[in-house]
Amino acid sequence: MAKEMSRELTRQQYLDLYYYMRLNRAVEENMVKLFRQNKIVGGLYSSLGQEAISVGTCYALEKKDWIAPMIRNIGALLVKGVPPRDIFMQHMAKYDSPTKGRDGTSHFGDLDNLHIVSPISMLGDLIPVMTGIAIGARYLGQKVVAMTWIGDGGSSTGVFHEGLNFAATQKAPFVLILENNLWAYSTPVRRQVPLENLADRAKAYGIDSYIVDGNNVVAVYNTAREAVERASAGEGPILIEAKTFRRLGHAQHDPAEYVPKEMRAYWEARDPIALYEKFLTAEKLLDAAGKKEIDKKLDTLLTAEREFAENSPLPPPEFAEGGIYCTGDDCHKIRAKWERPIAEVTPPKSSVTPVWTVPGFGSGKGSGGAAAPIHFGDAPAAMEKPSENGRPAKTATKGTPKKAKAMSASASRKTRR
Amino acid sequence: MAGRNGTATIGAATGGAQITFLEAIRQAMFEEMERDPTVLLMGEDVGVYGGAFKTSEGLLERFGWERVIDTPISESAIIGAACGMSYVGLRPICEMQFIDFIVCAFNQITNFVAKGHYLWNAPAPIVIRGPSGGGVHGGPFHSANPEMYFVHTPGLKVIYPSTPYDAKGLLKAAVRDNNPVLFFEHKFLYRRIKGEVPADDYTVPIGKAEVRREGKHLTILSYAAMMHTSLEAADALAQEGIEAEVIDLRTLLPLDEETILNSVKNTNKCLVVHEDTKTGGIAGEIAAILFEKAFQDLDGPLVRVTALDTPVPYAPTLEEYFLPNAKKVFAAAKELARY
Ligand SMILES: Cc1ncc(C[n+]2csc(CCOP(=O)(O)OP(=O)(O)O)c2C)c(N)n1
Ligand SMILES: [Mg+2]
Repeated sequence: MAKEMSRELTRQQYLDLYYYMRLNRAVEENMVKLFRQNKIVGGLYSSLGQEAISVGTCYALEKKDWIAPMIRNIGALLVKGVPPRDIFMQHMAKYDSPTKGRDGTSHFGDLDNLHIVSPISMLGDLIPVMTGIAIGARYLGQKVVAMTWIGDGGSSTGVFHEGLNFAATQKAPFVLILENNLWAYSTPVRRQVPLENLADRAKAYGIDSYIVDGNNVVAVYNTAREAVERASAGEGPILIEAKTFRRLGHAQHDPAEYVPKEMRAYWEARDPIALYEKFLTAEKLLDAAGKKEIDKKLDTLLTAEREFAENSPLPPPEFAEGGIYCTGDDCHKIRAKWERPIAEVTPPKSSVTPVWTVPGFGSGKGSGGAAAPIHFGDAPAAMEKPSENGRPAKTATKGTPKKAKAMSASASRKTRR
Repeated sequence: MAGRNGTATIGAATGGAQITFLEAIRQAMFEEMERDPTVLLMGEDVGVYGGAFKTSEGLLERFGWERVIDTPISESAIIGAACGMSYVGLRPICEMQFIDFIVCAFNQITNFVAKGHYLWNAPAPIVIRGPSGGGVHGGPFHSANPEMYFVHTPGLKVIYPSTPYDAKGLLKAAVRDNNPVLFFEHKFLYRRIKGEVPADDYTVPIGKAEVRREGKHLTILSYAAMMHTSLEAADALAQEGIEAEVIDLRTLLPLDEETILNSVKNTNKCLVVHEDTKTGGIAGEIAAILFEKAFQDLDGPLVRVTALDTPVPYAPTLEEYFLPNAKKVFAAAKELARY
C-alpha cells in the first residue's frame, strides 16, 4: 500500500478505523438480510466498497463538528456515534426511530448532541445548509467545521455550485467530500462531468482541493484531517475528491448490468477492508485472534440492536397528523451557544463605515435615506391624485430620484474601470 | 381608517409616528437586530447599497459585516445557508431582491426548510421576505404574487400585510417565530402608504385576520394592495346603501378561518379580492372552506375578483386590464348584494 499508510496514527486510531469500517459493512449486511425478509419498508442503498470514505473522513472530525450524511454515509453516522438500532429502525419505519417513522434511510439528524443534519433526497441541498452552519457557528465564536458528502452525479446540480461558491466567498470552515464512484445511477461519470478529475471543480471557486484514493482508509483519514485543520484555521472551504467505485446497483432493485465486468473485477480486487486488513497484519496491528474478537463483538452488538429494532412497533396511524409547526415546547429548544463576547457583534462595536474599499480607487457612498431612489414603486408625480385603476391615493411620496445623482454615480463607476 | 382594535391605521394620523410601509419594514428589522444578536440579514445588495428598495438602509452601518451579509446571486444558497444558521441557534432574515426570484429557491424552501420540523424536529426559524406584486410596471418577472406556491406547503407560514402597522408588527412576530415565515411586501405600498406605528415595541399575531370595516350586507376578503382597493370599493358601495364588511386576511397560512366564518355567517355573502391570478388563488381555498363549514349560511355564490390567469403584462394598458381594481370590485359586490 501507498506510503500514506505509514503516517503516524496511534494504534488505537488504526484499530478504530478498522472497527468502524467493519461495523459499517456489518450494519449494511444486516440490512440486506432485513430487506430480503421484507422488513425494510422502502429502498435500500449500499456503500459496499466505499466504507473507507465515510469512516476515514468522519473520523477526522471532532465531536463538536457538524456532519450531514448522504445515503451512502452510514459509516459516518456510526463514527459520529449513532447507534446501529437507529439506522435499522429508520429503514424499518419504526416508531422508536429518530424520525418516528416520518422519514426513512439516513434521513435523520441530531441538532443537540451529535451535531448531525438530516439530509433530504434532493442532491446538493446540503451544501449551502452546511455552509450556513459553518458561517453561523463561526459568527457565534465556535471553532467548528462542517462536513458533507456529494456524489459525482450530485456535483452537477445547481445548488452544488451555489453552495460551494457562497462558502468560498465567505471562507466558510467547510469540507466537502466528493465521492466519485464512477456511476450516478446508470449514468457513467463521463456523461455527468467532462472532467478527468472532479476535484478540478474547486478551481472555479478559488478553493483548494485534494484527490485521494477512496479505498485507502488511512489516506482518506490523513487527507481529511489536513483539510479539516486548514478549514478550521480559516483557509476557507476545501473539496476532496475520493476516487472509488459503487460495487452494487444504485439500490437493491438495480442489478447494475450496465457496469462492465472488467470494471467491477478491477475494483473488487481493491476492497478497502481487505486492503486495510493486509496492512494491519503486516504492521502487526491485527492478527487472527484480534479479528475473531471483532467478528464476535459485531455479531453480539448487531444481534441485540436488530432485535431491539424488530421489536419496535410501527407508528400509530394518527401520528401522521400534527407536528408541522414548532410551538416552542414540542421540539428542541432553539438557542445560540455563544463562545465570543456578544458585544463584538452588537452596536456600537459592530458599527462600520458602509463603503466598499477598492484598492487604488475612491470609495463608494451610501445613499440618501427616505428619499433614495428605489428600484420600482416610487410613485411618479402623476399618481398624486387618486388613480384610475382604483389603487389608493398616494400618501407618501418623498420626491423622485435625483437624476443628476444617479448619473454621477454611474459615471464615476465607468471611470473606475 | 382605524381597525377594529383601534391601532392599525391607514393614512389618518391619530397621534403616533406616521411612517411609510417601507420604513415600517426597515424599522422592524433594525429593532429586531438591536434586540437580539442572533438576528442577521442576508441577501443581494442588502449591505452597502441598503437593498434595491432601501429596506435595509443603515443596517450595515449599525450592525456590521457579520450581521448584514451581501451574498452572491444564489437564492438557493441564501435559503440553504439561512437554514444551516438556524440550526446553530440564529434567526436569519433572507431578502429576495424581488420576490419573483424566490422560486429559484423553491426546492430549498419547500423540501428542506418546510419539512424539517415534521420530519426530524428541526424547525428553521428563518424569515424570507421581499418585494412582491404589480401595479408598478415591473413586467412579468418583477411583479409576481407567488404566495400560493407556498400556501400549499405545510410547515411554512405566509404573511402578506397591507399597512405599516401590520408590516412592522408582523415582521417582528415573524422573526420571533420558531418556524419558517414567508413575508411578502407589496412594493406598490412601499412609499404610497403611510400609517401610524407606536413608539414602543409591539408585535401583531401571525394567523389572525383583521376586520377593517364593519358591514352587514356582504363580506369582502382581501389582503396586501388589494386591501386598499377593497376599502375604496366599500366606500363607493356605502354611497349606494350597501355596507360591506372588509376583512384583511394578513396571514394566508395558517388562515384565520374563525374570523372569515364569523363574518360570513353574519353577512351571508362573500367576495374575495386578490391580486394573485384566479386559478389556484386563495379565493378557491376560501370557497371550499365556506362550502364545508358555512354552506347553510350562504345566500349567494362566492365571487372572485382577481387578476387574469396570465403572466403580469408589462404595458400600462395591459397591466391595468390584468389587475383587479375598485371598479371591478364595486361591480362584483353590487351584483352579489342583489342575491
Ligand atoms: C436533485 C436530484 N435529482 C435526482 C435525484 C434522483 N437520484 C437519486 S441518487 C441519483 C444518482 C446519484 O448519483 P451520485 O451523485 O453519483 O451518487 P451515488 O449514487 O453514486 O452515490 C439520482 C439521479 C435526486 N435524488 N436528486
Ligand atoms: Mg456516483
